[in-house]
Amino acid sequence: MFPYANMLSYWIYLLAVLILAAGFFAPGGPTGAGWTLYPPQSVLSGTPGGQDWGILLMLSSLIVFIIGFTMGGLNYVVTVLQGRARGMTLMRMPLTVWGIFTATVMALLAFPALFVACVMMLFDRLLGTSFFMPAIVEMGTQLQHGGGSPILFQHLFWFFGHPEVYIVALPAFGIVSDLISTHARKNIFGYRMMVWAIVIIAALSFVVWAHHMYVSGMNPAFGFFFATTTLIIAVPTAIKVYNWVLTLWRGDIHLTLPMLFALAFIVTFVNGGLTGLFLGNVVVDVPLSDTMFVVAHFHMVMGVAPILVVFGAIYHWYPKVTGRMLNDVLGHIHYWTTFLGAYAIFFPMHYLGLLGVPRRYYEIGETSFVPPSAHTLNIFITVMALVVGAAQVVFLFNLVWSLFRGREAGGNPWRATTLEWQTPQTPPAHGNWGKDLPIVYRWAYDYSVPGAPEDFIPQTQPATDRVTREVMT
Amino acid sequence: MNVTLLFLAVIGAIIAWWMAGQRLTSKPWLEASPVQTATGLEDPPAPAIKIGLYVFLGVVGALFSLFISAYFMRMASSDWWGMPVPRLLWVNTALLATSSAALQWAKSEARHGRMGNLRPALVAGLLLAALFLAGQIEAWRDLNAAGYVLADNPANSFFYILTGLHGLHILGGLVVTGRTTVRAFAADIAPARLRLSVDLCTLYSHFMLAVWLILFALFAGWANDFVDLCRQLLS
Repeated sequence: MFPYANMLSYWIYLLAVLILAAGFFAPGGPTGAGWTLYPPQSVLSGTPGGQDWGILLMLSSLIVFIIGFTMGGLNYVVTVLQGRARGMTLMRMPLTVWGIFTATVMALLAFPALFVACVMMLFDRLLGTSFFMPAIVEMGTQLQHGGGSPILFQHLFWFFGHPEVYIVALPAFGIVSDLISTHARKNIFGYRMMVWAIVIIAALSFVVWAHHMYVSGMNPAFGFFFATTTLIIAVPTAIKVYNWVLTLWRGDIHLTLPMLFALAFIVTFVNGGLTGLFLGNVVVDVPLSDTMFVVAHFHMVMGVAPILVVFGAIYHWYPKVTGRMLNDVLGHIHYWTTFLGAYAIFFPMHYLGLLGVPRRYYEIGETSFVPPSAHTLNIFITVMALVVGAAQVVFLFNLVWSLFRGREAGGNPWRATTLEWQTPQTPPAHGNWGKDLPIVYRWAYDYSVPGAPEDFIPQTQPATDRVTREVMT
Repeated sequence: MNVTLLFLAVIGAIIAWWMAGQRLTSKPWLEASPVQTATGLEDPPAPAIKIGLYVFLGVVGALFSLFISAYFMRMASSDWWGMPVPRLLWVNTALLATSSAALQWAKSEARHGRMGNLRPALVAGLLLAALFLAGQIEAWRDLNAAGYVLADNPANSFFYILTGLHGLHILGGLVVTGRTTVRAFAADIAPARLRLSVDLCTLYSHFMLAVWLILFALFAGWANDFVDLCRQLLS
């Protein structure tokens, strides 16, 4: 609804990326504070960039990014609220749109927490305030700060950080629902339950943030509360997994590349989600928190799983964007290497974590409790990471090559129901529809409807009496 | 984070109320509609920009409630000394409240289409808000001169950072209200568009006034008793 704000959002985002990348060329190099930026460590001279430009560029980049995101986010939310086609009720929206919409609302409410934390840390670093900085002696000199609370930063950071996990996951949940339904030629199982689960996950994700802070020294009673909410949020998430599996059950499954990636997502997400149940409990988290187990959990559930969906989505929508199919053989090489390779990388990390191998170290050295086999495993992980990285080159090559040499896709190669596949031209011209906007007559999942001439009915097709009656009975 | 959670609970209640009207329990797989009666969105939708402003105010509200949460959490440590509230802030509060009232007047004039009264009302609202900003800067200078500098104490730091952030939001409002005022003086006025603009400026102004009143109560320490009460209830 706000094309200008949307475009501005993009350019501001680009500016934020440039500021971030500038850190590599700044005096003192990029910040060494990691992605969590915990003070006081992140702004001290012992950390790369802590007393140089690195941390300043990082914080400014985040602030600029959040301003830019807010514009784009407003556009997304208002477009879903006010810009829908005629007949497109909320309960007729594809789950992809539900996922993006809900995630955007969450992001609009969660990003301000990161904004507040970044502004306050900039003040601490530049103007000598003590929001987060405790009294501290650095290299033998007493710094001017005093009384600040590093835990306050952690609260603000994770108040953003945990919803952020679901900001990434909810669009992936939505997309994977559409991929599975389309490529299994079956309506999504429990559509209403899927919508409600998305909304409930969004609400709950704002009250679980401190499960990242069990070892921060906060009040232990909080730990009990947050462990409980963390386990509760697994319930709507599990409902979604069941519904994906039940959508597949007795479906006409086409093992196309989008479907393969969707299946890989389900497996990986369940895998990472289950270790999340372990880590959500305080007593299990405390010994495991600083080990590679957490790295394994995080990368399975939030790294690999959503990225598999992104790949699936690219293979699914590329034909609409370009008018050509991505090459199947290259796609299969990419898929199998990425899927199996990701397991080869991250699965062994569970064992390393249980051995007690700590995270955040790039080299362990001679440590008595780490057996030599752990080092062999680390070498294996590194080699596999390089292999998976190389497979992405195949994917990038495929993107470019298919743009010119790919098979012509036609308007609706997957025979899908949703609006984007019904545009008069492929790739869609500016404005997508030309003069007449489409009218929506049905929900997004009319696949294999009994009595219908084809195994899908587009959302733009009005009900004929015959089909309606048979569906009703 | 209690303040933030409270704020989010309010937002959540609004979302729940809105969703209750969206037929979330309907069974879309049973309701394919024939050609004539495509359901949904039959009544003219509210202007998108208005919804956009509501959502934006939600974001601004989240921003300030997070800062206030941080304020209370930092306050619990022992190095916190309260700072005196300069008298000037009372004057500033009055200025901002009058500015908001002037815009409310402008809104009602715009609704009745009386352009002659609309213009002075808009200008008054604009000038009073600008005076508020000038007053805030003056208050900063007074405090600085009296030795209450930014890095001295967390209470000071929060005072400057919160008034500064609020001032920036007022400045943003001034720019938009200024553009609306220019449009009101233009020769070819589109009354409907102008009415909407005045409407939105007024809404924003009221919201920022409410934020300021809360911040002022915070700095003056009136909120502390209330917070202590809440803390006792929670623990």
